[in-house]
Amino acid sequence: MPTTMNLLNTPYDTSLTPELRAVQREIEGYAREFGLDFFEVIFELLDADDLNAIAAYGGFPTRYPHWSFGMAYEELKKTYDYGLAKIYELVINNDPCYAYLMRSNNLVDQKLVMAHVYGHCDFFKNNAFFAHTNRKMMEEMANHGARIRRYVEKYGEDEVEAFLDKCKSIEDLIDIHSVAIRRRDEPPRFDFEATKDEEPIPVTRFKTKSYLEPYINPEELLKAEEERKRKEREAKSKNFPEQPERDVLLFLMQYAPLKPWQRDILGIVREESYYFAPQAQTKIMNEGWATYVHSTIMTKRALHPSEVIDYCDHHSGTVASHGPRLNPYKLGLELFRDIEFRWNTGRFGKEYEECDDLEKKRNWDLGLGLGRQKIFEVRRTHNDITFIDEFLTPEFCVEHKYFTFAWSEQAGTFVIESREFQKIKQRLLFNLTNFGKPIICVVDGNYRNRGELLLRHEYNGVDLRLDHAIATLANIQALWTRPVHLQTVVEGKPTLLSHDGAEHSMKPLGESDDPRRNAPAKTR
Amino acid sequence: MSFFHLREPLMVQRIQRDYERFRKIVRGKIKNNLSKYITRGELIGKRGNDLVSIPLPQIEIPQFRYGVKGRGGVGQGEGEVGQALGPPQGGANSQAGDQPGGHILEVELTLEELADILGEELALPRIQPKGRKNIYTTRERYSGIRQSGPESLRHFKRTFKRALKRQIISGTYDFDKPLIVPIREDKQYRSWKEIPLPQSVAVIIFMMDVSGSMTDEQKEIVRIEAFWIDTWIRAHYKGVQRIYIIHDAVAQEVDEHTFYHTRESGGTKISSAYELADQIIDQRFPPSDWNVYAFHFSDGDNWGDDIPHCLDVLRSRLLHKVNLFGYGQVESPYGSGEFLHHIEELTNEFDNLVVSHIPNRDAIIRSIKDFLGKGR
Repeated sequence: MPTTMNLLNTPYDTSLTPELRAVQREIEGYAREFGLDFFEVIFELLDADDLNAIAAYGGFPTRYPHWSFGMAYEELKKTYDYGLAKIYELVINNDPCYAYLMRSNNLVDQKLVMAHVYGHCDFFKNNAFFAHTNRKMMEEMANHGARIRRYVEKYGEDEVEAFLDKCKSIEDLIDIHSVAIRRRDEPPRFDFEATKDEEPIPVTRFKTKSYLEPYINPEELLKAEEERKRKEREAKSKNFPEQPERDVLLFLMQYAPLKPWQRDILGIVREESYYFAPQAQTKIMNEGWATYVHSTIMTKRALHPSEVIDYCDHHSGTVASHGPRLNPYKLGLELFRDIEFRWNTGRFGKEYEECDDLEKKRNWDLGLGLGRQKIFEVRRTHNDITFIDEFLTPEFCVEHKYFTFAWSEQAGTFVIESREFQKIKQRLLFNLTNFGKPIICVVDGNYRNRGELLLRHEYNGVDLRLDHAIATLANIQALWTRPVHLQTVVEGKPTLLSHDGAEHSMKPLGESDDPRRNAPAKTR
Repeated sequence: MSFFHLREPLMVQRIQRDYERFRKIVRGKIKNNLSKYITRGELIGKRGNDLVSIPLPQIEIPQFRYGVKGRGGVGQGEGEVGQALGPPQGGANSQAGDQPGGHILEVELTLEELADILGEELALPRIQPKGRKNIYTTRERYSGIRQSGPESLRHFKRTFKRALKRQIISGTYDFDKPLIVPIREDKQYRSWKEIPLPQSVAVIIFMMDVSGSMTDEQKEIVRIEAFWIDTWIRAHYKGVQRIYIIHDAVAQEVDEHTFYHTRESGGTKISSAYELADQIIDQRFPPSDWNVYAFHFSDGDNWGDDIPHCLDVLRSRLLHKVNLFGYGQVESPYGSGEFLHHIEELTNEFDNLVVSHIPNRDAIIRSIKDFLGKGR
């Protein structure tokens, strides 16, 4: 059996003890019986310190060096040392799937955690949004690490680190849907540009009798329209990028004046962002699914009577809500259970929705028994957004006491805003859209015809955090080298944030403002 | 670096490297902003026994994020509409915009590290503790093994290993019933060595004028200065004691809290504090055993006929007993500030007397340098 011993190089043996190996075989059997479909799982037993270190590297012991991982490590170590939080396991989306377990877990914990791991692993393998991810990421990450380490040796730690800082500042500016949609045509294999120009421009010609032609379709009007359309077409082909580009990293890789090693590092950061994106896209589902799996396997199969208390203690900790914070484990688990119940009893579809009789609805049971089948289907085809959009019901929100909260300027704190279903759903979906981060795209790579870069924040009612936005803009400027601008809205006013490398500026932007009007006026 | 590092597991090395790098960046940021931290005095309340926590938001990697306004999320539980959710929950891995809270990054520094930064930034010479005042203490280290000793020091692992070996060799070990009984010859005990450790001890005597002319702002300046002086001196000695003396027309020894929070309306007699300090040194901190530091802060207002007395106490007694005597004069709207000129006369005579004028907070850094720049 392959192990990561060579990668971790711990002074102790990280493979499972004979006792735990027997537990693993048992749990794996239950997982298959339950219908899970997973890559081979390799468990490694680690001390807290090593587990914290690996967690700081996002699960990859061979990741490239960067101080931010050291910072994450300090944070994890501190919360662990103070007894505030403990990592039970860490699962890596890879084939084979690596799962790190905390050595100090007791036997019941290890059982539960293994069942949980098989849930995650099944999700990684089957969920559609993970389909594009590299299943040999362990090797790929090691490769990235080696490349960056080589650059560090060649160009110096400070230089590479400064560049990495900038890349990591914009690492989330990717186009998460691009892996499923073809955003741009394949580059043509032959250049038909010449013929494209000759394509006639369609003009609006009304049907009429020939003797009325000069009056209904006057020649000069048609000419003018043709001219206008030609200009439009030309303008369009000159747009750069043709469509607003959400993959800012890709755009910078292609067009920013970077050295080859810098382009390579930017590419590495981008690749890892795409690899990690589905995990953020399916946080609620993935954790909900794994929790569903472990609770089912444990309570129906694996649990010994003597372990019930310990199991309950651990499980309730997993699904506890801490104050008003949303616990993805809990929401996911409860939604999966709700779906299973609804499809078992047939509480879906037109007939159920349109039923006005509350009493009848309450006792609705068609005895369909489709629940298990349905949740397996859901875990394959949905991500968090579609999951919430499709399966969150008003009954569910009432039963589980969901509410929305919003920032109150008056109170200087968050206050409960509403318990209305629509509001709750809206907020949830908003916070899941683009991972609850603002959407930024490149609209013009030759802004003002001066090679400047124009970005646009797709404003949706929430302002950016200005200090961070300006600092991030400065980092993009350092990559682009020419001035960089960002269209956004600040306190209700359209605003242009700019950074020219030395300083930043903030100008209000008229609604009608377009680059042409900014052209130097011919006075004098 | 060292031989031992090579033997450390690769991953520990890696995370250690990134961690060191992070700490280096932290130290760099603090160093760059040291004057800001000093003038604002924001670190004082953040001090634990050996650690200071320092808020460092600027170390985060900036990214495009939503601001707090218009933000919100979904929660679960009881509560009326309009009810406040209470203090933000510090969630380390909170998705932005997902939940209330989020936290300001705070890093912890040991006082030693902070002192190092202060020393580097202000180019302070390290203090040379007076040699004859070093006390040698002995400390025990468990570094050996012996055959006899008290049961509480029995080395279990070694004892049982030996017992197991003996039993296997003698054939009394039963693999089906693995029972190991150590006998007297098996028993191993930890033994200790006494290591003499040089230990230099120091006492810092802070004196402050609390008469009516000292305002809160002046006291804050004193507080900030005292914090940094304390940090620096503590970095050089094993055990540092602090004595606080307040005075108006009479002096008394108080605790730290009282020191900063007392306000008297009486007149000022500086000599009273010097006499008390002298007494305390003689009674409790004989200079032959202690490195004595004395700092006096005042607005320079004193009863005219008390000045000769003050100078006499300093010249004939106090200055012979202390490593360093620092006089810091904070400028107050009421004080005349004349004491500075009188005490300055003594600086030619005594090398261990430092006089510093602190008109406002911006002058604190320079003043700290004045006091600690002597390397005494």
